[in-house]
Amino acid sequence: MTFRFDRDTRRRWKDLAMNVAAFLCVVLALIPLGSLLFEASVRGLRSITPSFFTLTTANGGIGNAIQGTLILIALTAVIALPVGILTGIYLAEYGKNPVGAAIRFFVDVMTQIPSIVVGIFAFSLILELGATGIVSQRLVFSTTTGVIALSTIMIPFVARTSEEALRLVPIATRESALALGIPRYRAILRVVLPSSSSAVITGALLGIARVGGETAPLLMTCLGSPFWWQGLDQPCESLPHTIYVFALGPDSALNQAAWGASLILVLMMLGIAIVSRVVIRLRSVSR
Amino acid sequence: MAAKIHTDKVSAWYGPKRAIEDITLDFEEHAVSAIIGPSGCGKSTLIRCLNRMHETIPKTRVEGKVLLSGEDIYGLPAVTVRRRIGMVFQKANPFPTMSIYENVAAGLRLNGERNRDRLDTAVLESLKQAALWDEVKDSLEKSGASLSGGQQQRLCIARALAVRPEVLLMDEPCAALDPIATAKIEDLIFDLKKDYTVVIVTHNMQQAARVAETTAFMYLGHLIEVGPTRELFERPKETLTESYITGRFG
Repeated sequence: MTFRFDRDTRRRWKDLAMNVAAFLCVVLALIPLGSLLFEASVRGLRSITPSFFTLTTANGGIGNAIQGTLILIALTAVIALPVGILTGIYLAEYGKNPVGAAIRFFVDVMTQIPSIVVGIFAFSLILELGATGIVSQRLVFSTTTGVIALSTIMIPFVARTSEEALRLVPIATRESALALGIPRYRAILRVVLPSSSSAVITGALLGIARVGGETAPLLMTCLGSPFWWQGLDQPCESLPHTIYVFALGPDSALNQAAWGASLILVLMMLGIAIVSRVVIRLRSVSR
Repeated sequence: MAAKIHTDKVSAWYGPKRAIEDITLDFEEHAVSAIIGPSGCGKSTLIRCLNRMHETIPKTRVEGKVLLSGEDIYGLPAVTVRRRIGMVFQKANPFPTMSIYENVAAGLRLNGERNRDRLDTAVLESLKQAALWDEVKDSLEKSGASLSGGQQQRLCIARALAVRPEVLLMDEPCAALDPIATAKIEDLIFDLKKDYTVVIVTHNMQQAARVAETTAFMYLGHLIEVGPTRELFERPKETLTESYITGRFG
């Protein structure tokens, strides 16, 4: 007598096998994240003391780097969020034509450009403008140039995520707003945009997290600075840059501080991700 | 009775495809007119031409005239036309981020009305007219999406009524509802004709027979026959109409 599984048994085994395989893939994907958090915590926590936050990088702290990163993120957000979201609105609501297709194509290309190339772009833009006397030559290595580079990275990102978010709003919602005799721009701003606001906010926060961790474009724009923030036309320190310099530094105390700075940066980005989740949760509960 | 809306040889195209051809039709004031016909016959296209909602779809084109109380609607701004001719859609679609109150007030608010008393009055009256007031009066701040399907559709009707239109277009308003919710909407349509001119598109011939004074039958973009509902169903003049209402095709 041959032993055979009947069809149901075979299906159950296949189901179990796929479940286990999917679970293992999740574990595999989470290993790097877990290891990174663990490593940064274990090595970084030792260097985290109150003075770590209050001293400048010249004195072994990272206070000015945190300050610089917060300023860079804030200024970039002020520029990139309105421009990015409005571009997204254009693409989603008015972009069903050759102009829209062209803009979408270029926005896509821009999201693919390596960030160091964006850094070179911002650097040479200000260098050229400085050479012709339109802007001060001091701006070449400054917060301003850094913000230009980071905005160039963030605008296309936010534009695309906003466009995708707005596209998820059913046509019926737009139609019923228009059928009430509401002008189109107002229907978009007051009905369509609020309907997709969770997704737009998520995209915005992910965009902030993305530029917050950028190092390459800052190397040749903000340059880095051992001092507290000096102004828009002066070089500026940032956390990723501090990590880069400290990690390559000659003594182990600096390397140690690099781990501490890494931990702070990771926690900041994690914080942004958690805030975005909470925002979405709160909004959906109130429904 | 006078014709509230008159269409004169209205044709509409989606790109190169002609969806309706030379439709000449009267919709009487303070009456319910039904448009029936199989899927794709152009009934929805026709009523979208009546409040210029077809313009929201790219590459559409319309020829012919639509007169609202004698006035050519294509000579008026589209937003004005849509305030005078409201619309309710097949699927109930309350604005997801707004409460019940805000949904009903949306048409007025987003057209600039800020006076709280006037908004309160309009919300109260519209919800009463839509036969929803008793069910929601204690939960006006709740999300419109928290209501049942039939209540959501009546909320959408209240939202359309709040801007005080002269005409209400309904594009298969009961297609997604169960028989009980459908019966409520039909009762409501019957009451609405006291104050409004109602045009309803429906797949459901019994529904047309129940609510409408006049019924028009469309097929493949053409108006085949129009007449008093009873006559059209009992003594159709055209063989096409007869085959459709007796279920020989459709």
